Amino acid sequence: MATTKLTRSNGAGWAFALPGFGLMVIFIILPFLFAFGLSFTNQRLISPNPTEFVGTANYRQLLGFGTITLDPLRDDAGVVQRAADGSPEYPRLREYTRNNPDYPQFDGMREWFSFGRGESRTYVLARDVVFMKAVVNTVVFVLVVAPVQGLLALGLALLINQRLRGINVFRTIYFMPVVVSIVVVSLLWRFIYDGQDGLLNNMLDAISFGLIPPVDWLGNPSTALGSIIAMSIWQAVGFHMIIWLSGLQTISPTLYEAASIEGASKWQTFRYVTWPGLRNTAVLVLIVITMQAFALFAQIDVMTRGGPLDSTQTIVFQAVERGYGKQDISGGSAISVILFCIVLSISLIQRYLTREKS
Amino acid sequence: MKTMHLLTGTALAALLGGSAMAQTELTMWYHGAGNQVEADILNGIISDFNASQSDWSVTIESFPQIAYNDSVVAAALSGNLPDILDVDGPVMPNWAWAGYMQPLPLDESVIADLLPGTKGYWDGQLYSVGFWDAAVALVSRQSILDDLGLRTPTLAEPWTLEEFMGAMEAAKVSGAYDFAINLGMGDKGEWYPYAFSPFLQSFGGDIIDRETYASAEGVLNGDAAMAFGNWWQSMFTNGYAPGTSQDLGDVQTGFAEGKYAFSWTGNWMALATLAAFDDAVFLPAPDFGNGSTIGAASWQFGVSAASEHPDGAAAFIAFALQDEYLAAFSNGIGLIPASPSAALVSDYYAPGAPMEVFFELSAQQGFVRPVTPGYVVAAKVFEKAMADIANGADVTDALDAAVDEINTDIARNSGYGH
Amino acid sequence: MSAITSDNHGLRLVVRYAVLVLIAVIFLFPLVFMLISSLKPDQQLLADTSSLRAFLPVGDISLNNYFAAFDRAPVALFVMNSVIVTGVTVLLSLLICSLAAFSFVFLKWSGRALILSVILATLIVPFETIAIPLLLIASKLPWIGTEGLTFGWLNSYRVQIVPFIADGLTIFLFVQYFKDLPGELIEAARVEGATWPQVYRRIVMPLAGPVIATAAILKFLVMYNQYLWPLMVVQQESYRPVMVGLQYFFQLNRAWGEIMAYLSLITLPVLAFYLVLQRAFIASIASTGVKG
Repeated sequence: MATTKLTRSNGAGWAFALPGFGLMVIFIILPFLFAFGLSFTNQRLISPNPTEFVGTANYRQLLGFGTITLDPLRDDAGVVQRAADGSPEYPRLREYTRNNPDYPQFDGMREWFSFGRGESRTYVLARDVVFMKAVVNTVVFVLVVAPVQGLLALGLALLINQRLRGINVFRTIYFMPVVVSIVVVSLLWRFIYDGQDGLLNNMLDAISFGLIPPVDWLGNPSTALGSIIAMSIWQAVGFHMIIWLSGLQTISPTLYEAASIEGASKWQTFRYVTWPGLRNTAVLVLIVITMQAFALFAQIDVMTRGGPLDSTQTIVFQAVERGYGKQDISGGSAISVILFCIVLSISLIQRYLTREKS
Repeated sequence: MKTMHLLTGTALAALLGGSAMAQTELTMWYHGAGNQVEADILNGIISDFNASQSDWSVTIESFPQIAYNDSVVAAALSGNLPDILDVDGPVMPNWAWAGYMQPLPLDESVIADLLPGTKGYWDGQLYSVGFWDAAVALVSRQSILDDLGLRTPTLAEPWTLEEFMGAMEAAKVSGAYDFAINLGMGDKGEWYPYAFSPFLQSFGGDIIDRETYASAEGVLNGDAAMAFGNWWQSMFTNGYAPGTSQDLGDVQTGFAEGKYAFSWTGNWMALATLAAFDDAVFLPAPDFGNGSTIGAASWQFGVSAASEHPDGAAAFIAFALQDEYLAAFSNGIGLIPASPSAALVSDYYAPGAPMEVFFELSAQQGFVRPVTPGYVVAAKVFEKAMADIANGADVTDALDAAVDEINTDIARNSGYGH
Repeated sequence: MSAITSDNHGLRLVVRYAVLVLIAVIFLFPLVFMLISSLKPDQQLLADTSSLRAFLPVGDISLNNYFAAFDRAPVALFVMNSVIVTGVTVLLSLLICSLAAFSFVFLKWSGRALILSVILATLIVPFETIAIPLLLIASKLPWIGTEGLTFGWLNSYRVQIVPFIADGLTIFLFVQYFKDLPGELIEAARVEGATWPQVYRRIVMPLAGPVIATAAILKFLVMYNQYLWPLMVVQQESYRPVMVGLQYFFQLNRAWGEIMAYLSLITLPVLAFYLVLQRAFIASIASTGVKG
């Protein structure tokens, strides 16, 4: 489009945008740059020692990893020693990672995970195993929550978008969990998830006539993250339902009339009328859910504090633990910068995949 | 409500004091917001103090306990600390080393007969004084001990490891309880190091080497510590105690409701237990080989470094150390009064009173947590190790990881001033 | 206006309502639990959590927990503080963010794309990350008030408001919405000689009902539920908001009944805000059908 006097407006443009952008520079961008700078120092939250520049030491500590392949232990005759369940036994990693002059690069590392290739086993070591687990957990959380929550919200929006009497009441009810603070929700759900007497266990017991045994939802490493996912979706889906709803309501009714005149089925109507009209909304929902999912913190802080056995560690929780709990503000800042880079890459990929193909 | 009391208090003091205009104001922060009993006692002391002399006038701002440390750190960063502030005993070296607090100019004679756990020293100087001390005990009922056929342990002869595990097994086998013992696992935070490091010490280990305060190697992952770790894990794998997902309500009320045979809790819960059962007994900590220990040192009061009136703060603290006030605190919150003379006039710790045994427990078995600025990090690392081991992690790896983290932190802070 | 027309066949109607009700139960039950528990004494509350009694107002029902909650903490003060901080922030945020979004979508000026990208990038930064540097900045900022020029914004309302007026999410919501508005309306107005402020005020904002409601609700929730920042910058009880007040109830003498009562009390303003908003904006759009 040619830039005529009607459309080119530098002055007005800057004037309109400046208050907002100016505030963001002072209160978001500047502190973030500050934090970015801190991540290259050894700044402590409180300390009489002077701050020193340490370069990428924090990042190397967080992201450092190594691999080692070990052969199983053999007894004097050369036969592989086996544990009670038949799997081969391996020398303790401890011998390689603690005070072993032959492997100085592994000093202080711990096992992250391992996999077997034939009889030998390859161990992947990480310098900060808890942080690695936090990254994995956070990514899992996002990968599960984004599609599930987004689609559930769409389903609810379609359900609510009917002209039934009293439908507004239901819309209000579905939105109510969003209104409640996530801290409050976490407290309530802690009662519900309780392994001894919790409501969820009791309901499952009643529904299945005693067939389903009580599960310690938050105390079992294999169910803890799933429980948090379910609760988080429960709390937030109403909000995205509203976003989908306002997107649904911008679709022109004449399109629907045309579709019904042509005899389109429900699914065809959805696919060719509804879904294309929801494009922008879909992008919005996806991006917002992803951003919010990466910031997972409050539920963990209230319910599990990263446990059990690090199954609910998340990046932001680690940043707060490091920065405030352990007074290592430079480490906390480094974690935040890493988070920023991860989310930036993912959102760039998202924007590329959902760009307007014009 | 509180402001009204304060205003009336200061107004009265002004009327009576005459030259109140000359009173220098001292700001004070306290961690007790939401605790009406403590607030009333403290406000009473403050108005008495303000009325008793014309040099100083103390005003108080209360904070909720969970948020208190964070608030203080934020205030320190922005240069906003009050004159008098209270600090949790083991955290004090960290704040003193960081330059948040200055030494307390209090005469030795004033604090001479206070319990050792109530005096906070760092680098050879007195920084803080507490009005009470806290202790932990093995709580049970005489009827439970009789039912299970157990010997009642005494201070002179506490239970050995075998006797303790026997008691656990007996309680479990009887089938009358959900779990044998409540360890308070649902209560995360400072409770873990405070309550569980005494067990570690009783096995012969410790959180950190107290000779040099430079390393935890061999102390937290030596043979004694490994034995402790394995014992700790067995408490959960054998089903003797609920683990980290313990119901929040049960932590405080489970024993009173009869869900547990024993409870390892602090004496701040003792009042509620005494109200629930009239045959409640407070037993000494078991001796796992290296003597019995329980934690010591609770909240204490000190002066911030930026304050220009350390002598005023000292005057207030000295005033509050009078027996009647120490006894009032003890009567209100159930904790141990800081001096023996105050104990004599208190409701619960006088000779023959229900909690008198705690005084002896504290005197004989009390052992402070490590006195080092590095404690703040070490405590968090220890808490995580305890939780992980309880959840089934490999004991050796968990303790090794804890040692590594503590050592790295100490090195990063150039030894924390030791 | 909606895609699926109403269906009057009795059975299908019943089925639809049944599904809606079932889903409603799933969304409601923790909140019902909270409200009902706030009426019970502590022991009964905890005992009831193991059965359906948790949802039924049976046993010893009273408002005692509410009275006790008011005794323990200055609840009204906290709610008032939260409402003031939240209300002012939401209003200012709607204004300033919509202005910025307007400029990104409808005006052409150099640097527009770059600045919008930077703003969207800030969406990624979680607050905990920048809290400490922000604290240091806030403790040094100047202010001209009743006492003249002072430095440091701590212990005030403005420190809880101003840093949060402009945020990437609100701007993003407005940008996405404005992009969908028909450009012809704007062009027509400009041809008739309308200034940009007039276009903003007379054409664009009146059409922005749904996004205003969405952004307002989201901002309200974020601000109302803030905990870490007020903890760091407010040391005087008179400025504390509602979530810091919650910690008053987690002292050693924790009383779950009072906690439930307090939680119920602080959830009410947000619920009220949502109910007012959704009727005013979403309902009006549904009936007039703006995109004709």
